[in-house]
Amino acid sequence: MLVLEDVHTHYGKIEALHGVSVEVNKGEIVSLIGANGAGKTTLLMTVCGNPQATSGRIIFQGHDITRDMTSNIMRSGIAIVPEGRRVFSGLTVEENLHMGGFFNTKAEIRKSQNHVYELFPRLKEREHQRAGTMSGGEQQMLAIGRALMSKPNMIILDEPSLGLAPLVIKQIFEIIGQLREEGITVFLVEQNAHQALNLADRGYVLETGRIRLHDTGKNLLSNPDVQNAYLGG
Amino acid sequence: MTANLKHALFCAFITLIISYPILGFDLKGRGTSVALEGVDISTSIGVLLAVVIVFVFQLYRDTIMGSVRQLPAINPLANREPMEQSKRLKLESILLTLMVIGAVIWPFIASRGAVDLATLVLIYIMLALGLNVVVGLAGLLDLGYVAFYAVGAYSFALLSQYFGISFWFALPIGAGLAALFGLVLGFPVLRLRGDYLAIVTLGFGEIIRILLNNMTSLTGGPNGIGGIPDPTLFGMEFSRLIKEEGNTSFHETFGIAYSGEHKVIFLYLIALVLAVITAVAIRRLMRMPVGRAWEALREDEIAAKSLGLSRTAVKLSAFTIGAFFAGFAGTVFASKQGFISPESFVFLESAIILAIVVLGGMGSQMGVILAAIAVTILPELAREFSEYRMLIFGAAMVLMMVWRPQGLMPMRRIHIELKRQE
Repeated sequence: MLVLEDVHTHYGKIEALHGVSVEVNKGEIVSLIGANGAGKTTLLMTVCGNPQATSGRIIFQGHDITRDMTSNIMRSGIAIVPEGRRVFSGLTVEENLHMGGFFNTKAEIRKSQNHVYELFPRLKEREHQRAGTMSGGEQQMLAIGRALMSKPNMIILDEPSLGLAPLVIKQIFEIIGQLREEGITVFLVEQNAHQALNLADRGYVLETGRIRLHDTGKNLLSNPDVQNAYLGG
Repeated sequence: MTANLKHALFCAFITLIISYPILGFDLKGRGTSVALEGVDISTSIGVLLAVVIVFVFQLYRDTIMGSVRQLPAINPLANREPMEQSKRLKLESILLTLMVIGAVIWPFIASRGAVDLATLVLIYIMLALGLNVVVGLAGLLDLGYVAFYAVGAYSFALLSQYFGISFWFALPIGAGLAALFGLVLGFPVLRLRGDYLAIVTLGFGEIIRILLNNMTSLTGGPNGIGGIPDPTLFGMEFSRLIKEEGNTSFHETFGIAYSGEHKVIFLYLIALVLAVITAVAIRRLMRMPVGRAWEALREDEIAAKSLGLSRTAVKLSAFTIGAFFAGFAGTVFASKQGFISPESFVFLESAIILAIVVLGGMGSQMGVILAAIAVTILPELAREFSEYRMLIFGAAMVLMMVWRPQGLMPMRRIHIELKRQE
């Protein structure tokens, strides 16, 4: 569904990704793990076209999107939950969700809104509350809900567990598993390697801009190198 | 205490060096030369007294402020519970209806001067509502807003001068041209934010003014353009004698005596209708997806982009729509004055319009309307104080921001109230 072929990305003159190839198949959860500064967020942003890859190809659903504008990529069936949630804090929960379905018809918005409320009953309770007044976990739910509003085929999550309590993280990961059952492909970027690999069908390990390892989630979890570096021995 | 003493001495010194050179000397012309003279003794005593007062106040500042805090709150509204939404919405709609009704009756009970001033208020309301879209909703700080106002005014003036186009045709053309300029300015500033955007828009405002000043052959430069025609009512003119062939005059058609007031009232009513149109149109836009997109982009640009919103389209639409209404206001202004020159479109105008938006509470229409009324009328009311009127105006603004830093009526969103848990 999403294929990155030998992608290089530069910030000015500095190369942040040195030829990364990643493949995400339809209906999978693929996790990308790596330390701080490994280039995880850069990789995601490159998929979104901001910054654009300097060389290599990015193919989504058979179309080359390497040179597309961010706004067009984000309308083509990919949705991203950005790092640090980034909900519109001054807008209510409902308005946030409506922003997510900006390019859909009213009927579609109503339908996906109900669907999001089914996934996150908590958001329904807070429907008319300003997003900025909610807890971190609720905001993360809102960010995921907002991304789902555009009815994406694939959802990219950038560190959804960042700064959340263990119990909330567990909830969020349960929801991510549920998304797979609905047929949404998930590309998950995490520092929380244990949970991310546990959930994932396949995983990639990114180190200083290169893919170091690539295997099924289970295998990576039992890989001694991964255990040493990311799972605390 | 020593810290207070040091501080007090410093403040007293500052008071002295600020006030004495300004108040204590006088420039007198002596033949061809100018001489500097000390003024009479009473002014010096006044300055000295001010210094002493500042010194004593700063020395005992803590005690004085402490006892002031003991006093009952001056502002009775400070700690009240926010009004229930249903009540607030009802009150707001009643208030708005009353305001519009009052505004319609106004010209028939007030004096000519008051109606003229009210027209100016309405022009400022249009301007402030337009700028509110750009600054309050989209969060783009625009310091050159007056440029679009100038474009609207000058396009009417020039069109009527060169092509004899009437007010009613010039109105959409002027607004459209201003919108076009908004679009043109929008492109280079798309990537800018905050301070940088402010500087570029400030420059743009000045460019337009200087252009108008220097394109003497076209705009008449600093001499301005005069003889801008008044609007007509279905071909009826409001002057004593008909200026254009084929028109009839208002007072003859209705068989009433000629009065100069008819024209003033008519202009006022036009401004009122246009202001209401502006308010309703922008209110609609705010509730439409484009309005939400403006707010989303203001709140978080990256998140807005991640949802597939195009930064270009959203920012340009805000700039264009804001400029459009400035063009509206400019056309009415040109018609009201009958004469325009670049003098009317200086930076101070931009600053005043921005002050209205900030005072009213960013994004809130009701607040902006109230602030436009206050800011336009206050300097007029303070006319008795002659040269101190701008000082009073400034003091009022400072007090206002201390009293209600979030603006007269900050923007509130519609929401459902939860029952308080027992």
